[in-house]
Amino acid sequence: MITVKDLHKSFGDNEVLSGIDAQVEEREVVCVIGPSGSGKSTFLRCMNMLEEITSGEVIIDGESLTDPKTNINKLRAQVGMVFQHFNLFPHMTVMENVTLGPRKVSSKDKAEADQLAKALLDKVGLADKAQAYPGSLSGGQKQRVAIARALAMNPKVMLFDEPTSALDPELVGDVLGVMKDLAKEGMTMVVVTHEMGFAREMGDRVIFMDKGVIQEEGKPEQIFDNPQNERTQSFLSKLL
Amino acid sequence: MLENLQEIFSSPHYTNTLPFLWRGMQLTLLVTFVGVFIGFIIGSFIGLMRLSKNKVIYGIATVYIEAFRGTPILVQALFLYFGFSDFLGINFTAIQAGILVIALNAGAYIAEIVRGGVESIDKGQMEAGRSMGMTSTQTMRYIIWPQAFKRMIPPLGNQFIISLKDTSIFAVISLGEMTYLMRQYVSTTGDPFVPYIMLCLGYLIITIPSMVILRRVERRLDV
Repeated sequence: MITVKDLHKSFGDNEVLSGIDAQVEEREVVCVIGPSGSGKSTFLRCMNMLEEITSGEVIIDGESLTDPKTNINKLRAQVGMVFQHFNLFPHMTVMENVTLGPRKVSSKDKAEADQLAKALLDKVGLADKAQAYPGSLSGGQKQRVAIARALAMNPKVMLFDEPTSALDPELVGDVLGVMKDLAKEGMTMVVVTHEMGFAREMGDRVIFMDKGVIQEEGKPEQIFDNPQNERTQSFLSKLL
Repeated sequence: MLENLQEIFSSPHYTNTLPFLWRGMQLTLLVTFVGVFIGFIIGSFIGLMRLSKNKVIYGIATVYIEAFRGTPILVQALFLYFGFSDFLGINFTAIQAGILVIALNAGAYIAEIVRGGVESIDKGQMEAGRSMGMTSTQTMRYIIWPQAFKRMIPPLGNQFIISLKDTSIFAVISLGEMTYLMRQYVSTTGDPFVPYIMLCLGYLIITIPSMVILRRVERRLDV
């Protein structure tokens, strides 16, 4: 589904990603862990060109992001993105947040978009908040709306950029619950996270990143219980 | 001194100036409203050009803004009304010239208001829009602009008041707004004190309520 080949990304002189090769299969849940500054968020953001790719290649469902012939807007519509700080549109109701993409990008009519949004809000447990504005929601509710908004585009892949890092601890569970449901339905997901419990339980594969490269990857049991790389060992030992 | 005071209170000019004030105020308001409205359109384009990554577009916008903010509006009016008509043979009426000068001048200031408003919106909003597959134009139109516009309302209101006062300099191009008519009144009657008090009141009648409304809107918008 996603192939990353020798991906490099620099901000000025500062090289953040120094040659990443990775593969994400259909219906796979890949969790990316690592210390802050390791480049894991940048790696994720390169997968829908929110960051310009310095060199290398990202191929999603057969289409290369860096190919000038690729319609980047069309491709992005198929890649859902959930942000650490939600980035809901504060001037729109929850309903309008979720229906904006289907109406303006997928050209659905209002009735169709509303119906879709209602179903998605129901799925994330927020059907009763359809007419509320984001400002009146808790962090956990906001993030669940953001997930519904991304799902409204009917994406082939969902990217999560530390989706629970900005949440109060007691609200993390609701968001992880929604993500687990998604994973069980077979959604292809790449999740940058500090939630090791989630990575262990739901990840088909865990990637450990540090210093702009993938240091180690494998099944969650292998990474968490028997890490081979010295950096992985030291990172995980600090967490426990 | 006492004699003077008595004269001031019994002056016939309070009522005699009213028809002139009223006539002038209509033109003042017309030139301000139309000018600032066109200025908003100009300012929106120039302000968005200032946000462009394209150096040529950015450069044009910067030159425009600096040229109009760096020269007095009086000079701009003289240049447009006298200079242009002489050089290019375009004959503006005083009203056309006045509206155009307000539009061009306010446009430069509004451009900076627009740029500031758009820049104040968190960049996550643009990213959220783009990540859904919207074009940058769509994201600007549906997500950034509505939020930025709200924040622009207070400074736009200030600009309206500034432009309104700026129209007084159009007396030099014989635009028959409040100040021009009152100067004519004074030169015919030879009595400046009360007519100019009335002129000040004429401006305050518009500006004070504008400021009160503006402050109320600000409070409602929570900015």
